Amino acid sequence: MMRKLKDDVLLCLIYLAAFGAEFLLLGILVYVFVKGFPYVDLQFLTTVTSVLQGTVGIAGNMVNTIYIVVLTLVIAVPIGIGSAIYLNEYARPGKMVRLITFTTQTLAGIPSILFGLFGMMFFGITLGLGYSILTGALTLSLMVLPLITRNTQEALLAVPESYKSGALSMGAGKWYMIRTILLPSAMPGIVTGVLLAVGRIMGESAALLFTAGSGYLLPKSAGGWFHKVAESGGTLTIQLYLSMSKAQYDVGFGIAVVLLCILFCMNLIMKFFAKYTTESQR
Amino acid sequence: MPQIKIRTDKLNLYYGANHALKDITLSIRSHAVTALIGPSGCGKSTFLKTLNRMNDLTDGVRITGKVYLDGADIYHPGVDVMALRKQVGMVFQQPNPFPMSIYDNIAYGPRIHGIKGKERLDEIVERSLRQAAIWEETGDRLHKPALGLSGGQKQRLCIARALAVGPEVLLMDEPTSALDPVSTLKVEELIGQLKRKYTIVIVTHNMQQAARVSDETAFFLMGEVVEFASTDRLFAQPADRKTLEYITGKFG
Repeated sequence: MMRKLKDDVLLCLIYLAAFGAEFLLLGILVYVFVKGFPYVDLQFLTTVTSVLQGTVGIAGNMVNTIYIVVLTLVIAVPIGIGSAIYLNEYARPGKMVRLITFTTQTLAGIPSILFGLFGMMFFGITLGLGYSILTGALTLSLMVLPLITRNTQEALLAVPESYKSGALSMGAGKWYMIRTILLPSAMPGIVTGVLLAVGRIMGESAALLFTAGSGYLLPKSAGGWFHKVAESGGTLTIQLYLSMSKAQYDVGFGIAVVLLCILFCMNLIMKFFAKYTTESQR
Repeated sequence: MPQIKIRTDKLNLYYGANHALKDITLSIRSHAVTALIGPSGCGKSTFLKTLNRMNDLTDGVRITGKVYLDGADIYHPGVDVMALRKQVGMVFQQPNPFPMSIYDNIAYGPRIHGIKGKERLDEIVERSLRQAAIWEETGDRLHKPALGLSGGQKQRLCIARALAVGPEVLLMDEPTSALDPVSTLKVEELIGQLKRKYTIVIVTHNMQQAARVSDETAFFLMGEVVEFASTDRLFAQPADRKTLEYITGKFG
């Protein structure tokens, strides 16, 4: 009798914890949407903030976000995947590999403001790139590199050894085997890592504030779209931070809604991709 | 005088400090099935893998002695290992089709070696699947994933895949140990047909299987070849007492 009661109480507590967590999350979402949604309209999404024209908009920040995400991935993905392949497939297991793996893990846990400090000093000042999207992207590349490398390593490790020996036993060269068997089989895991990296880039503020800065204008000429890389540009998250620090909470909530929508879409894509690739292999 | 395909001469293999193969001197006949039997850990699989240099992939392996394929030393520094593995194919204990279509599995090997034309590949795929006696079951679903096949079908697919690169020797490492009896029988029948065209070396822990499929049998124990003779003789009148004890089930 006593035991049954204990079980029931415990069950109740577990349910409470689960619902509590759910409600907290849902609560935040609903709150942000209720506060921010009225603020999101076409003008907000397609113009930039201008005192002269009396507009408040985040088009510039959205473009900056895309620039930073794409540029960071272009730098970090090849290096990250390349080093994972090297560490797993080519490097002789030993002290050096353990040291590199340990460093990567440590790097993944460093507060992002440290990357910001280093990025500003090294890329911004020493290399003379100043406050620019390029400086920001280089800094974030360092930040997400461990994430991509670790995830790729895990994904490569999960590929059965028998696939590899099967390919090699037919006379495949090592790189041919990696290209045709290893990478395709590991692709879902690698893509998950890359999407996690995109999430971190979009959510980052501290590392970008002093590297990419907070520019929010759209380029005025065709050439400007190219030059943009060398100019200051704040992402949505940066703009959210700035709006809050200026007590413009409406704008802040508006940006938050846009950010949440983008993250939601990305999660959907990730789910779809994972499902698609595992099914095509079955 | 039967033709010799592979000959080993005082072959020794070490895993670090562990002396896994001791002075193996064997001659493997062309167009025949040679079975390697012995208890677990006796070195029979290790020996098999020295014949297409798959042991190169394991760290800390050291080899002395010679292995000749058609009279040429395959451990000579100038040997192209990829070309060697094209000549000496392998089928593994666990069926290991790739996570791709049946067609792409078979075409994988030829593509490694630069065959691209669709007609050539179509022809190789059909011929290989027919040779491995699995065309009837797969001909109408070539572009379906290979992982959807049954265990026995997967293994015959792997045999077809190995045949597709055009090997002369086929090494089989306990190819039926993961299969049910019916599939095992099919693979054994297949081995009987394949030996007309290929030289086959099969590792098996199943003595009945060795007796059924092979022409010659080598009995391995503790990294040494205790006895090597025609299968009929080895099972009927073993010359060595340890062979007799093993085949009558006293140990192993």
